[in-house]
Amino acid sequence: MRQFSTAALVLTGSFAVAAGQAAHAAEGGLPQLDLTRFPPQLFWLAVSFLLLYLLMSKLALPRVGDILRTREEKIAGDLNRADQLNRDADAALKGYEQALAEARAKATQIAAQTRATIQADADARQAEAEARLSAQAAEAEASIRATRDQALGQVREIATDTAVAVVTRLLGNQPDGASIDQAVGEELSRRGVK
Amino acid sequence: MAAGHNPLEQFQIKTLLPLEAGGYDISFTNSSVFMVTTIAVITLFMLLGTSKKALVPGRWQSMVEMSYEAIAGMIRDTVGSGGKKYFPFVFSLFMFVLVANLTGMVPYTFTVTSHIAVTFALAAVVFLGVTIIGFAKHGLGYLKLFAPSGVPLPVLFLLVPIEIISYLMRPISLSVRLFANMMAGHVMLKVFAGFVISLGAILIPLGIFPLAFMVALTGLEVLVAVLQAYIFSILTCIYLNDAIHLH
Repeated sequence: MRQFSTAALVLTGSFAVAAGQAAHAAEGGLPQLDLTRFPPQLFWLAVSFLLLYLLMSKLALPRVGDILRTREEKIAGDLNRADQLNRDADAALKGYEQALAEARAKATQIAAQTRATIQADADARQAEAEARLSAQAAEAEASIRATRDQALGQVREIATDTAVAVVTRLLGNQPDGASIDQAVGEELSRRGVK
Repeated sequence: MAAGHNPLEQFQIKTLLPLEAGGYDISFTNSSVFMVTTIAVITLFMLLGTSKKALVPGRWQSMVEMSYEAIAGMIRDTVGSGGKKYFPFVFSLFMFVLVANLTGMVPYTFTVTSHIAVTFALAAVVFLGVTIIGFAKHGLGYLKLFAPSGVPLPVLFLLVPIEIISYLMRPISLSVRLFANMMAGHVMLKVFAGFVISLGAILIPLGIFPLAFMVALTGLEVLVAVLQAYIFSILTCIYLNDAIHLH
């Protein structure tokens, strides 16, 4: 507070002194109102301001304007390019997705095809194996039938031999082979054996 | 008080190189020195700052661009697109007043804009230029500026003289505002500088008060220097807008 009042005192005093000094100086006149000093000021002001105007309008301002315009164009161009690249990236992504989908479809197709091929192959092999097996079975049956037929064919001979041997033993002499064979044949046909 | 402490002495124009042309005194004076200095400072500021033409501006180039865009924006906002033609003039005017005001803040320099001859000449150029543009654009229709539409006739008898007087006062208010601000600021600074010595002579610590005040005042004066340059150029823009678009 004391400082403030001191400052105020100093201020008031200074204004008083300034007024006094101004009054004192006014005896000689304000330098600003000395009309004899106007022409040199006006002349040099005209010269220097005209020079400044020319320097600014012809040199400095076009230069700054160029810099600002170049920057603006560069920024606009960059933004355009970024936009273009963005669109390109989108298109590439779409293309990639499409290619991926196609590849996937193709892969599914190939898998199905392969599966079908393998299935067909397996079926063929199985059919072949079955055919072979049934052929073997048929062959075996045929062989069995042949063997049995053969065996059945020899029954008459064996029966005749046996009958001869039995009669020989029982009767003690060699029977007539033809009558034995005939009797066996009759017996066999009676039992249904050939 | 010694002659060196006269607060008005700083405004004295001293002839450095006597010159005469056609009976007129066109001597190179201390005022001329600072006019040329102002031009040199502005030109160097503008040209050296943009010498690299960098796409990403450095500090200096940013300052140049800011000053360009500030004035370009001022014209765009107050005058519109029709004011583009006058951009170099308004820019030169703003920079001249600004740099002249600011160089005047450096001790031992001369403040070009503290002279009514200089400020009035600038204001007169603005006034005459604006008036010529107004008549060239609207012919005698420019006189409608003094009679706003929609005002009843009796009021016009009162309004038109007032409008005419205010129009004619434009160069005076424009020039006196700048000149008085610069002169008053520099007188104040000088007076307080004198006080540092005279109070310090009584008791040294007493000199601190006017010194502290001077520091604050210097800051204020820098603000005033920038503000007055801004006011001078924005008023020019407003007058231009009147001339181009009427009201």
